[in-house]
Amino acid sequence: MVRESAPKPIILKVDALSKQFPGVKALDKVSLSVRAGEVMALVGENGAGKSTVVKILTGIYKPDGGHIEMNGRRVNFAKPSESWRGGISAIHQETSVFEELTVAENIFMGHQPTKSGGPFIDWRDMHERAQEILKRMDVPISTRALVRDLNVAQRHILGVAKALSHDAQIVIMDEPSASLSRREIEHLMVIVRQLRDEGKGIIFISHKFDEIFEIADRYTVLRDGELVGDGKIADVSQDDLVKMMVGRSLDEVFPKVKVPIGDVVLAVDGLTHDTEFDDISFTLREGEILGFYGLVGAGRSELMQAIFGISHPRSGKLTLAGQEVSIGSPVDAMRQGIAYVPEDRQHQGAILPMSINKNMTLPLIDQLSRHGFLSHRKQLGVTRDIGARLKVKAAHWDQPVEVLSGGNQQKVVIGKWLATTPRIIILDEPTKGIDIGSKAAVHEFMGEFVAQGLAVILVSSELEEVRGMSDRVIVMHEGRIRGEFDRCDATPENIVSVASGAEFGA
Amino acid sequence: MTIDPDTERYSIPDKAKWSAWTIFQTWEVILLALLVLVFIINSNASPYFLNVYNLADATFNFSEKAIIALPMALVIIMRDIDISVASIIALCSMLMGVGAEAGIGVPGLITIGMVGGLVAGGFNGFLVTGLGLPAIVVTIGTFTLFRGIAYVVLGDGAVTTYPEGLRFFGQGYVFGLIPFEFILFLVLAAIFGVILHYTVIGCRIYAIGNNPIAAKFTGIPVDRYRFAAFCLVGLMAGLAAVLLTSRIGSTRPNIAMGWELEIITMVVLGGVNILGGSGTIPGVVIAVLLVGMVTFGFGLLNVPGIIMTVFIGALLIITISIPILIQRLRDRARVRAQQAEAGKD
Repeated sequence: MVRESAPKPIILKVDALSKQFPGVKALDKVSLSVRAGEVMALVGENGAGKSTVVKILTGIYKPDGGHIEMNGRRVNFAKPSESWRGGISAIHQETSVFEELTVAENIFMGHQPTKSGGPFIDWRDMHERAQEILKRMDVPISTRALVRDLNVAQRHILGVAKALSHDAQIVIMDEPSASLSRREIEHLMVIVRQLRDEGKGIIFISHKFDEIFEIADRYTVLRDGELVGDGKIADVSQDDLVKMMVGRSLDEVFPKVKVPIGDVVLAVDGLTHDTEFDDISFTLREGEILGFYGLVGAGRSELMQAIFGISHPRSGKLTLAGQEVSIGSPVDAMRQGIAYVPEDRQHQGAILPMSINKNMTLPLIDQLSRHGFLSHRKQLGVTRDIGARLKVKAAHWDQPVEVLSGGNQQKVVIGKWLATTPRIIILDEPTKGIDIGSKAAVHEFMGEFVAQGLAVILVSSELEEVRGMSDRVIVMHEGRIRGEFDRCDATPENIVSVASGAEFGA
Repeated sequence: MTIDPDTERYSIPDKAKWSAWTIFQTWEVILLALLVLVFIINSNASPYFLNVYNLADATFNFSEKAIIALPMALVIIMRDIDISVASIIALCSMLMGVGAEAGIGVPGLITIGMVGGLVAGGFNGFLVTGLGLPAIVVTIGTFTLFRGIAYVVLGDGAVTTYPEGLRFFGQGYVFGLIPFEFILFLVLAAIFGVILHYTVIGCRIYAIGNNPIAAKFTGIPVDRYRFAAFCLVGLMAGLAAVLLTSRIGSTRPNIAMGWELEIITMVVLGGVNILGGSGTIPGVVIAVLLVGMVTFGFGLLNVPGIIMTVFIGALLIITISIPILIQRLRDRARVRAQQAEAGKD
């Protein structure tokens, strides 16, 4: 540590920011500040409110309360262009790029340099400035290359370059390393340090604690939309941060129940899809929770959807309880006792405008009817039963699902599959973006489910969740299985290095 | 399994508390009130309006359209649309005309009309679900195609000789008072209403309309339902072709021109959301009667047809925009209410 200890000037100050969405208070009087030449780590679970902060700072959302100060002056960002003119620029998780345009055009999209301020683009100036930015970052990409031809990492670099082109004072990095390999992450860290040394304030959002401890100077922790702690990173341990993030100890959030593991219920052999995954083989046993970890785009959801009959693999075998089966549609899968709770709750899982009762009974509706006519009594019987088991909180069962909180919506989606009494339940990111209480309830339910001798496949991008809940962890990278770990071997280092694919076989 | 102490205290009612106010707010009640208003205005404006025979005969003007409006409601609830219905009528009526000239009897002609409609609807359904094309584009195409075929076959000519036995369907009365067409519409409306509101099929139709992806993930054969709905619209358009041909006793290629807009207006006015997902058969039935009575009133007052077209166009725009605007206001009110509640603690 050779940096001077005199307090640096505060560039960005956020005071008592609040934001309300239908059904959830996303931010409740959150305050934070960022100093010049400093990396501030914004940490919190999914749904804690980090993205909402970013979206307010970049002028995408309007806050309901509180205010923002830049260099001591109160500012108001009504739209994104006002935000970057005000000196804030952000690298979003999923950067939107224009595939058919050049690197330079992408970098300067929306603020192209013009010839003496007129309507005509100054192409030479644009390419020169783009070149300068890329050189500063030490990246050998041509400014005239088409973005279509860049790989994922290069596109990410493009996002950083775009942020730099604004000559911003505050740079927000929203999970910049989520889809990068280890070497690319190291490169990113170099760029972050360089920006810091240039005196910029950096808001760094990441789920990876090693990165946070490596790069950040200070931290701010959010939980359920509230500020729960901030301070110097040197003063805290990883455990402290986790405790602040989840508000309870890890054992409470991941209540792993010891269950005897039984016979193989599902064997997948050489399952191959034209584009999404290749040569997938694994087995699943009674009473087992099998975790699937991988980066975004590793092909896990696509694999699960193929097992559930939504997409159709080119080749491979599925064996259920010793019998080879062919599953051509979700109906086939349901008949075989497989249930799939999809990743995207709002689009694939729940039918939001319809009632809890209708949602919960939809997969079962044939059995709950008489000669094709709906039986309200039978439907409500199932809804009451399952609703109570999952502790769904609602005003009444006829309430539309869209007014419930994210956690309760997820309980309804899980509930509708629970009603079909499956033998195997596939949960795809079941706790993404839901509050901590519902999360614990979902985990508790998984424990109950396997205690009855049934089997669970848990797809999750949250390392703690996969490690906390699974008996075995399978790691996928680019459509292939790259590793399989027993519970005791599933250390974060093992899993992450396999998932990022960089070190494999090297 | 152990009983969780929490579950014993856990009690959630099945439904919201019943309140008369929520009933008064439903679209169907608003439509019913409008219908009563139209009755009052019409009977004051013309002494010929409140006459049982005149009223009964007025149903001839809208029964055929109304029969198509029923399956159209299902199609629109499932986020599709069929612009080609009037062209299907032209196609079917042309087929019947060709059949009649070849000397085919009444049962044969009815079969030709209805099977023709079914096939045309199936063609639309195949293009939409089999090839995955947008319904609006497909049916704009077949809108021209089907009527074009009728023009090619009939040219400037017309078929005016139909067997005597065909007359009953479009001109006959039941109990000597109520037109057969109208009775047929009421029976079909009852069947469609029961299917949509009381069966598994209906529940799935709403599920598809509200979220086709989630419906698919729940094991509902979404494309099969959509295909079936297009077939049904075609079949009912074929039936309407039989009734209309029977009623006017002739076929020209410009038969039923422009009906698609009136039919869609009836459906949307009946409270079916043009974006899919909601709407009821009772709503559509009341809307049909409302449009029918307004048209009848205009007719009695000698309002020119051009004004009627303006009226239909305005009605379509207003009824499409109202539910969207109401939804926006509700969303805003909900956020505000939650903010107020959050401010309390």
